[in-house]
Amino acid sequence: MATVSLKNLVKKYGHLEVVHAINLDVEDREFVALVGPSGCGKSTTLRMIAGLEPISGGHIHIGDREVNKLPPRQRNISMVFQSYALYPHMTVAENMGFSLKIAGKSQDEISAAVADAARTLGLEELLERRPSQLSGGQRQRVAMGRAIVRHPDVFLFDEPLSNLDAKLRMQMRTEIKKLHAKVQSTVIYVTHDQVEAMTLADRIVIMRDGHIEQVGPPEEVFRRPASRFVAGFIGSPTMNLHNAVVGAGKLVFANGDTLPLPQQFRDRVTEGQKVIFGLRPDDVYPAGHGIHSGEAAEVHSVEVPVSLTEPLGNETLVFAEFAGQDWISRMLNPKILRMGDRIKLSFDLSQSHLFDAATEKSLRG
Amino acid sequence: MRGWKPAPHILLLMPAFIVLAAVVVVPLLLSLYSSFTPFRLTRPDTIYTFIGFRNYQRLFADREFWVAFGRTVLLLTVALNLEMVLGLFLALLVEKATRGQRLLRTIMMFPMMFSPILVGFQFKFMFNDNIGLVNNALQSLGLTDQAIPWLIDGKLAFTSILIAEIWSSTSVFAIFILAGLMAMPKEPLEAAKVDGCTPLQSFRYVTWPFIMPFAFIAMTIRSLDIARAYDIVKIMTDGGPAKRTEILWTLISRTAYSDARMGLANAMAYVAILLSILFTVMFFRQLAKARQQIGAEW
Ligand SMILES: Nc1ncnc2c1ncn2[C@@H]1O[C@H](COP(=O)(O)OP(=O)(O)OP(=O)(O)O)[C@@H](O)[C@H]1O
Ligand SMILES: [Mg+2]
Repeated sequence: MATVSLKNLVKKYGHLEVVHAINLDVEDREFVALVGPSGCGKSTTLRMIAGLEPISGGHIHIGDREVNKLPPRQRNISMVFQSYALYPHMTVAENMGFSLKIAGKSQDEISAAVADAARTLGLEELLERRPSQLSGGQRQRVAMGRAIVRHPDVFLFDEPLSNLDAKLRMQMRTEIKKLHAKVQSTVIYVTHDQVEAMTLADRIVIMRDGHIEQVGPPEEVFRRPASRFVAGFIGSPTMNLHNAVVGAGKLVFANGDTLPLPQQFRDRVTEGQKVIFGLRPDDVYPAGHGIHSGEAAEVHSVEVPVSLTEPLGNETLVFAEFAGQDWISRMLNPKILRMGDRIKLSFDLSQSHLFDAATEKSLRG
Repeated sequence: MRGWKPAPHILLLMPAFIVLAAVVVVPLLLSLYSSFTPFRLTRPDTIYTFIGFRNYQRLFADREFWVAFGRTVLLLTVALNLEMVLGLFLALLVEKATRGQRLLRTIMMFPMMFSPILVGFQFKFMFNDNIGLVNNALQSLGLTDQAIPWLIDGKLAFTSILIAEIWSSTSVFAIFILAGLMAMPKEPLEAAKVDGCTPLQSFRYVTWPFIMPFAFIAMTIRSLDIARAYDIVKIMTDGGPAKRTEILWTLISRTAYSDARMGLANAMAYVAILLSILFTVMFFRQLAKARQQIGAEW
């Protein structure tokens, strides 16, 4: 049980700075997900917290201890590595029980803990195998098991589910959630998969090029992205983001098409300002096929041609052309559309986002 | 009448068979046969006298032979263990070096570049009781005021040989173990740190099992090496003083060439070879086990 706090944490490899003075406070028992594109410094940050990577500046506290210089074994953490890092010469059971053995636990205690973890992870049949005799997904589960047999202050997970198939991933996601509810440890969880981040985390940290772009609960980063980057990164399919210029009470797109200036931004922009307009596919829909977002919906409709459809069964993604660009829209209760069909496309402007074109920061208050 | 016409594959393999037979099989069988005769180089006709196992019977009753045999095993055991430990340290040190590692690796191999004969001469000079470097150094440092009879006292002579042997071949261990260390994945070590291991525990539970097969390969090679040790000993003490450093092959060569009792010498040689085979089999077993343990794919 512990808080984790990063203060102006810096990591340099030689002259190359890969993590730039980041600040983050993780509360006790909180589940925080670190997301961001490949190479943005997620693993590096996690490894610094674990003590596997010396830090080049700043401070790390776990609980009320400063752990900057403590070796990993004194930090009371457990970690799942992106590359599994299993002990090749030990069986699955030995791998999972190793930390307990080092901690001097009795053989009975170890066996019980291992059996328990193996049951949770569906590894009972594999306990006597060696890592070389396992599939990637099985290895990943063993790596997971190695972390959860203990009850550390902090769990550090580096993309622990990335190699599992969709079904197993969903199952494991549930297990992790249950596990967190049960052991109540603090968790820092790195992932590429935003569904994982959204479903598991109390708060999401979005990183980009060694900076933190935004920190917030899943609904907040989804509903109120602080920057164009976050808006584009969170949500699937990605948000429609198109450049526009503010006109008199309207937004003017490159080809001259316009949309009314959304109410909430009226006082926040000036005429002539260059902006990026953003609207999620859920909030652009063929008229009559959308999610109704309350009474005050500020809906604007235009007639546009369909350029592509992606039927997903219960819904269809419709790519429609407006303002010289493709807009992704989500059609619920789908009907069959063909390329070139003209449809009435509704824009729910109350849900729109506006970012300054230069700073890419949100113009919302 | 049709001529004998062997199948093409037999025809093609024939030259290899003939060469092998001429240089390996025939001498082998001949020497094995001669170990059942009282063959003396000075009386060539003795090779036709078959005496059965008499040479072997004599050997088994021969104290001198067994002393040499025992000394060889002792040399082998002590040298292998010390080389193992030293080589391990050397490899761990070199592996830690972040800069100039390549240079260190090359330097490490220097002792292997000298002929054992020269190593023998060099150490014979260093351990010489009158003009040797070792005594000179010890006396200059005031550690002793007497000349220590390094190559004259039996125990000291054995130690001197041991030192020469270790100096010349520790790098075999160091190189194999270093190769193991460099091939070892680094992530398990990190996992061990997180799992609570001290550096010593990491070594004991993660590093060591991984480099063990490499150490066993070095052991196999070196056990064969020492079991046939001859040159360094021949130069430094020639089995002396008074046979107190006699090992198997100095004894065998003396029996064969000085005493000219080739039959007996061959019998000894076969026993010596059995010893080598024994060690090889033993280390290969261990190697196979260790490899299987780490799930090695080689
Ligand atoms: N040992 C190293 N030396 C130099 N640069 C490094 C080193 N390790 C990582 N980097 C760089 O640091 C940056 C961050 O790497 P990191 O592994 O933290 O990315 P990541 O966010 O975990 O990416 P991914 O999602 O692909 O795992 C990358 O640009 C990488 O090239
Ligand atoms: Mg990573």
